[in-house]
Amino acid sequence: MQLLNLDSKVINFMSIRRYSGILSILLVIAALGSFATKGLNWGLDFTGGSLIEVSFEKSADLRKIRSVMDEIGFGDATVQNFGSSKEVLIRLAPQKKSVDEANGEKITSAMIGDVIMEALQEMDSTATKRRIEFVGPSVGDELRDQGGLAMLTALICILIYVALRFEWRFALGSVSALAHDVLITLGLFSVLGIEFDLTVLAAILAVIGYSLNDTIVVSDRIRENFRKLREGSPEEIINISLTQTLNRTMITSITTALVLIALLVVGGELIKGFATALLFGVVIGTYSSIYVASSIALSLGISKEDLMPTVIEKEGEDQDQLMP
Amino acid sequence: MVVMILLIGALYSAPNLYGEDPAIQVSGLRGAQVSEVILDDVLKKLDAAEIPYKKSELADDRILVRLTNEEDQLKAKEAIGDSLGDEYIVALNLAPATPEWLQAFGASPLKLGLDLRGGVHFLMEVDMNEAMNKSYTQMVQDFRADLREEKLRYRGIKREIKLDAVRVEMRNEEDLDEARRFLAKRYPDLVVSDDYNTDEFDVLIRMSEQKIKETRQYAVDQNITIIRNRVNELGVAEPLVQRQGQDRIVVQLPGVQDTARAKEILGATATLEFKMVYQDGDIGAAMRGRVPPKAKLYESAPRGPVLLEKRVRLTGDHIVDAQSSFDEYGMPQVTINLDTKGGNKMSAMTKDNVGNPMAVVFIEYKPTEQKDENGVAKLKKIEDVIQIATIQSRLGRRFSITGIDTSAEAHNLALMLRAGALIAPIQIVEERTVGPSLGQENINAGMTAVLLGFGLVLVFMLFYYKKFGLVANAALAANLVLIIGVMSMIPGATLTLPGIAGIVLTVGMAVDANVLIFERIREELRDKRSPQQAIHHGYDSAFSTIADANITTFIAAVILFAIGTGPVKGFAITLAIGIATSMFTAIVGTRAIVNAVWGGKKIDKLSI
Repeated sequence: MQLLNLDSKVINFMSIRRYSGILSILLVIAALGSFATKGLNWGLDFTGGSLIEVSFEKSADLRKIRSVMDEIGFGDATVQNFGSSKEVLIRLAPQKKSVDEANGEKITSAMIGDVIMEALQEMDSTATKRRIEFVGPSVGDELRDQGGLAMLTALICILIYVALRFEWRFALGSVSALAHDVLITLGLFSVLGIEFDLTVLAAILAVIGYSLNDTIVVSDRIRENFRKLREGSPEEIINISLTQTLNRTMITSITTALVLIALLVVGGELIKGFATALLFGVVIGTYSSIYVASSIALSLGISKEDLMPTVIEKEGEDQDQLMP
Repeated sequence: MVVMILLIGALYSAPNLYGEDPAIQVSGLRGAQVSEVILDDVLKKLDAAEIPYKKSELADDRILVRLTNEEDQLKAKEAIGDSLGDEYIVALNLAPATPEWLQAFGASPLKLGLDLRGGVHFLMEVDMNEAMNKSYTQMVQDFRADLREEKLRYRGIKREIKLDAVRVEMRNEEDLDEARRFLAKRYPDLVVSDDYNTDEFDVLIRMSEQKIKETRQYAVDQNITIIRNRVNELGVAEPLVQRQGQDRIVVQLPGVQDTARAKEILGATATLEFKMVYQDGDIGAAMRGRVPPKAKLYESAPRGPVLLEKRVRLTGDHIVDAQSSFDEYGMPQVTINLDTKGGNKMSAMTKDNVGNPMAVVFIEYKPTEQKDENGVAKLKKIEDVIQIATIQSRLGRRFSITGIDTSAEAHNLALMLRAGALIAPIQIVEERTVGPSLGQENINAGMTAVLLGFGLVLVFMLFYYKKFGLVANAALAANLVLIIGVMSMIPGATLTLPGIAGIVLTVGMAVDANVLIFERIREELRDKRSPQQAIHHGYDSAFSTIADANITTFIAAVILFAIGTGPVKGFAITLAIGIATSMFTAIVGTRAIVNAVWGGKKIDKLSI
């Protein structure tokens, strides 16, 4: 069984590269526009603050919980269901100063979770603590800086590796493809308002890894064909290469998407953001490895001469393979 | 070789199949050691309470008794805890039920992260400003004392906060020169600046880079020591206390649910007091309740009960540093540095007491089970005499305690002295608590996702590549076993929820290598090559592509691991391991199977 019958035709991918380029630019602009207007829904990891997840035996009465929160002086908390109606998630922005008014005692930010938990247990004895998280504001800023730094370092290291291994035009093409994927995935998170936390950041970095994987496979084949095929314009050779790798690109995307769907459906609430980011990233990554990376390399004027190996013996090897 | 590696992988991942036994763990506190005698005692207590146990062992300074169920665990803790007293900590633990023949290979099950087994994670930050402040204050005090001793009259010594320095003002140029020379010689780790002002006769003195680094290091180390001691008292089975970055400390307490209490204990204060031994008292009489009015009876002391003067001669906050070392006869000793004020007090205390014994009392406030009306645990003051030493001569700011039996004891004493010393304050900057039910749910959800994802990929590959799909599936299964095996082998690796996500992702991506190879083989077949040649060329030409693709992903994983924290690290580690193992199984592993099945035969058609 095969997805495509490749013997007869070469798909002319590059013929529509103008349109795909416009589409990519539009998507990136849309993503950037969304950052500017809506921004990202930064999770607790980056903003700092407190988060308490509580479960009850019966459906939770959100209104009652809100009034309890009001009573103990945390009226600004957001209270919402999480996963099911029995589970409740309470979020608090970082508190400047917090004083337990009933006792006149000072509560440090780190104690907020315990105080709230106690109040909830008083309200309903079936309340059980599922998770408490507290992130100090300074830690949040650091995590955000670290995350950005990680992303930049990854991109630069990959740029260097690909430039050394292939050619600078490919390197620029694949890193643009990566930046394209990351921006558009972030844009999706911004548009949909999905919370962006540390695990999502990890997912975005995994998207970089995945999309790169795809791009490398395609570039590898383009390089090989430039050396092997004596005839054809760069555009034709790229088309041939993309057609040859299309099967593989699709199958790997399908298997990866399969496991990600499994993760999204049964992996639980905490992993949802992660799975969403990756799933979307895989789709975008597949598209970008075909259109963004290759067409940038093409636009930059990649040619046969650029990819010819300098070592003569290798040339001989290639020819050997041509003549079985 | 393939078979060997797979066997090793299977061997090391095998312990994960056996689960864990509920167990009771007993360990000593403050130098108290568990011994065979204690073990016998514990077992007798269990017999008396009619609690069955599976196995008991004494290793790594702890007793581990495996029980049959969790109900017995709680009962056993009560039964043992009541009788052993304060010197031993009884903790609930889960002991891996790995069979002995597997243990003999050093195999142990995967460690689960806090998000999977439940527990508390704290990130604490040492207040470096305060630590530096204290150092500067100390410098000012020391300079005053030193210059006075040298009979160099100064006009003023004060801290310059904005300049990060101490300004020493003298009365004339001659004195200034003298003071500069003296201070530079006396304190090699300080920098006496050259840009002094001759009109004002003053000079700025700063800490050297090295000294600043040491001060910071010391502040963190000291806090780590104290937190370790406290955590031991919490009776947590496998706590983690670790430095993170410049001035942070990570504390992980698996299984702890009462976070409020954990915070109290971590924040509890310890102090030290130096007292003279009360000379005229009669211990026997005191034990019967007739304690002299000026004395206090301490029952917990190294050589039996002792009477000490009530008067506190010196408190621990004057201790700047305490180090264990060896004296000129090679005997263990503890050298103590006091601040100036402490030095003066010590000097006054010891002047008239040469030949008399002096005691060091360690005081700690520990939360008890009782709670006051506000629900806050009451604190119990616990006083222990940790050392009694005879004063040999008049002591000053720096002195040593000798006559300690072992170097371990000296080390312990130095730790306790430092723990009672003034420390840089610390605060919690991050907390993550995961309840036990959520932990279990996370495990279940993660496992389901792995299995479901795995199943889907297996079916797809079989459907798409027929017999070769079967080969790829075998490689995928082997890959899963290897990942778990490698994770179990690496001592520091823990499995977290993002880690499981990493495994799931690896399962999806691991087939990529096989897809690349198989597509190549198909291509070669289309080019009308013989099946054998197609297989050969397929593997060869796909290799460099696979290597490039995996190396770049590996770079991303390594960067994630290096820069990321917590969940990101957990994900990165499984991703990196997964890439390495999948390269192996997908290329070497499948090649071996393919060769075994199709190798050396004449075939007309491949099932691919």
